Amino acid sequence: MVESIVLSGVAIGCIYALIGVTYNVMFSASRVFSFTAGTLGMIGGVLGSLFIARMGMPAPLGFLLALAGGALLGVITEIVAVRPVLKSLDQHLYVLSTLALALMVQQFTAIEWSTEPQPFPRLFDIERGGFDQVYWLPMLACVVVIVGLELLYRYTLVGHAFLAIAEDNYAARALGLPERGLRLASFALAGAIGALAGFAGGQLLLAFFANAPMLTFYGFVPVALGGMGNNRGAVVAGLILGLFQQAANFLVGGIFASVAVFTAFIFVLLAFPDGLAGASAQRRV
Amino acid sequence: MTEITTAQSQPARASWFGWGTFGHYFPFLVLLIVGLALPLFAGGYWGVIATRAWVYWVLVAGLNLLVGFAGQLAIGWVALLTLGAYTASVLAAGNVLPAIHPYLALGVAGVVGAVFGLIIGLPALRLRTFYFAITTLGFATIVTQIALAWASVTGGGVGVPGPLFPPPFDSPWGFYYFCFAFAAVCTWMTMNIAASRFGRALTAIRDAEVAAEACGISKPKLLVAVFLFSGALAAIAGGLFASLQSYITPDAFTVELSVLFFIGVLIGGRGSILGPLLGTILLTVLPEFAAPLVAWSTFLYAVLLLVIVLAIPGGIAELLDFKNRRPLKSDRAIVPRPELLPRLLGPAKDSGALTLEQVRLSFGGVHAVDGLDLTISPGQIHGLIGPNGSGKTTTLNVISGYYTPQQGVAKLNGTVLTTLAHHARAQMRIARTFQTPRLVGEASVLENVMIGGTIDGQGTFAESLLSLPRHRADEAKLRDAAMLALSAVGLEQLAAVRTDRLQHSELRFIEIARALMLRPTFLLLDEPAAGLSAEEIRRLGALVVAIAQSGTGVLLVEHHADLIFDICHHVTVLNLGKTLAAGTPAEIRSHREVVNAYLGG
Repeated sequence: MVESIVLSGVAIGCIYALIGVTYNVMFSASRVFSFTAGTLGMIGGVLGSLFIARMGMPAPLGFLLALAGGALLGVITEIVAVRPVLKSLDQHLYVLSTLALALMVQQFTAIEWSTEPQPFPRLFDIERGGFDQVYWLPMLACVVVIVGLELLYRYTLVGHAFLAIAEDNYAARALGLPERGLRLASFALAGAIGALAGFAGGQLLLAFFANAPMLTFYGFVPVALGGMGNNRGAVVAGLILGLFQQAANFLVGGIFASVAVFTAFIFVLLAFPDGLAGASAQRRV
Repeated sequence: MTEITTAQSQPARASWFGWGTFGHYFPFLVLLIVGLALPLFAGGYWGVIATRAWVYWVLVAGLNLLVGFAGQLAIGWVALLTLGAYTASVLAAGNVLPAIHPYLALGVAGVVGAVFGLIIGLPALRLRTFYFAITTLGFATIVTQIALAWASVTGGGVGVPGPLFPPPFDSPWGFYYFCFAFAAVCTWMTMNIAASRFGRALTAIRDAEVAAEACGISKPKLLVAVFLFSGALAAIAGGLFASLQSYITPDAFTVELSVLFFIGVLIGGRGSILGPLLGTILLTVLPEFAAPLVAWSTFLYAVLLLVIVLAIPGGIAELLDFKNRRPLKSDRAIVPRPELLPRLLGPAKDSGALTLEQVRLSFGGVHAVDGLDLTISPGQIHGLIGPNGSGKTTTLNVISGYYTPQQGVAKLNGTVLTTLAHHARAQMRIARTFQTPRLVGEASVLENVMIGGTIDGQGTFAESLLSLPRHRADEAKLRDAAMLALSAVGLEQLAAVRTDRLQHSELRFIEIARALMLRPTFLLLDEPAAGLSAEEIRRLGALVVAIAQSGTGVLLVEHHADLIFDICHHVTVLNLGKTLAAGTPAEIRSHREVVNAYLGG
């Protein structure tokens, strides 16, 4: 039992962590927390199921197209919901443009795809008990993304530019960085990461429109607990969340597991408003 | 003298209470009459739709204070509707305890809603906006899951019958009037709040949180009251909703419904009561005309939300705001009348001095303030000058409590200030203005100034809800004081104008008027002359001199050396967080180092 709690906990935790990274990549580029983060994960699962199971494409092609779909949705988020409101970010209500877009995509999926969870195809034709692809796919995806982002930020010029606009937008623009293009690229990257999370976790979560709000919530927990913009923190917090949730699931049952996660989240946040690893910044007046 | 000034401030007041007031209430009157007479000209089907609209409005009225006024993104507020619906139904049906009377069940639902409204709201007191949005969303999901799983009480997926109210409210039209009465009372109560110091304080928290704190507004206290009230209304709406549906299952409480409420507020416009009321009616009735699209309704609501946010952020309220479309006079001048100050500020108080002792504060390796001593005496103007980055504004922020010094203290008459909460400074009668004016753009100039006197009100939130005498006395007193403050700074003609239509220099004087509402013993001015014309600076100088003459100590941070040397009694020159020189203007003007470093040969 412990083994299955750990396996499913880590796998689910990796998906949450990846959605957290999706939030972070969008946030770093724009200072906007986008409600579309969970929707991107949901779309990854639905597109994967659509391309591979329903349309019969080969898995690698379906995988690439699902990521491309996520990236496209990321770009649309930037153009439709983020760029027009950047000027007035201090007015809280404007982040609702991303909520509107998230709801539109979610409802469109519910109507045009299905309101019931649809199966997600098995990608590799290998039968093994225990450590199955259901579990190691999300873990692999998480490792690949984290290592990939580290390499990108540390060794490539584009990565440095991403860091620069995340650190100080105005200064980066003054240096002549194409801030707009970089933001667009960040959203495309975030879209692909979100879709990857949903695709890799497809066999675990199924292709289901209601995964969108679920992932929007559970994917934000790692961000809040790990500290905004902190990817490593998101992974640690995501894994803790996944393990805690699965343990509670096995011990007290589904509903009360949700209540337990929610309550724990609120209490931890109230105790550490800037995340477990974050440092509070003094306000500017 | 007194006679003349009262007469002069009359015209603005007349327009406030004249047609303006009638125009303000007229739409509500029309809605009231249409609502009462509806059974005369509408069939039973429309009666049900209208009942639903009023039930929704009971919830949205409370949500409006939370979202439209306080700016809190309570996206999952439908959770409280669910909670109220189940509480009322389960208690009335007797699933757990012996069945109780439906009225009592509705009342209990209201209490439960208030408690849970507060619980959901608590994170908002400490967390950033988006965090709060996500926690309400999480809560909404969980409440529905519990309703589904806790079958022994809620009936699970099968559901539970809603409460049935006794005659005369058991017939469709009887129930209609029951809900209409609730809706009317909610409208009245939220209008009272909107027109009270609490409503203005909420908008201040939303648009200018730092300024709100400087005015002594305690965000936690105020939000707690609003969460209790909004939670209670939402749960009562839930009880009514359950009765209207006659049978409830968890499916009835969708995210779609929550979005509908939210859009109702946004489509109406922030900081308005009429707008969200019309928005709610519109959104309830609209689907009746678009039956073929019913499957797409959530999608269309989402599109609507996007359009509102991007294209008409002001909502219906802004479309209906005819008064503020009239062009303003372009050649208006600010003519302060310092002679009114004694009436506004009252007799000079003996408050003791405001002192800083060895204050030290560094950000990382930068010593913003490095061992500063400062004494500001009542009735004196103390100038604080120095190059950019020399620690002037930081000094102000230490006194205001936005920064906590690593060493040293700020004291007022011996009382240590540095350990007090931000908003406690106003209680000590320390007022301030800001480098960039921090005002509520959508509120009128008068309302913005009235925010400055928030702590002088006597009535409680509950008294304002019910418009009891103490609330009305508070409002009359604050309005008179604010008109007087506006006359003193020379802006009384603009009292009724929306603040975001004014020029920069006018905003600076509004901030001073707002600060004067505190009858401050010490006034901190952060670059008040920046962006003003030479003539305006001269008038500002005369105004500040008059303020000091009335007994208020003024700390003036400024770059205009001429203004400083003209009006200050004492000047301190800062450089790199340290005092470079201190003395009378004449001494400073001849101080060699100051001239070299700052004033120039």
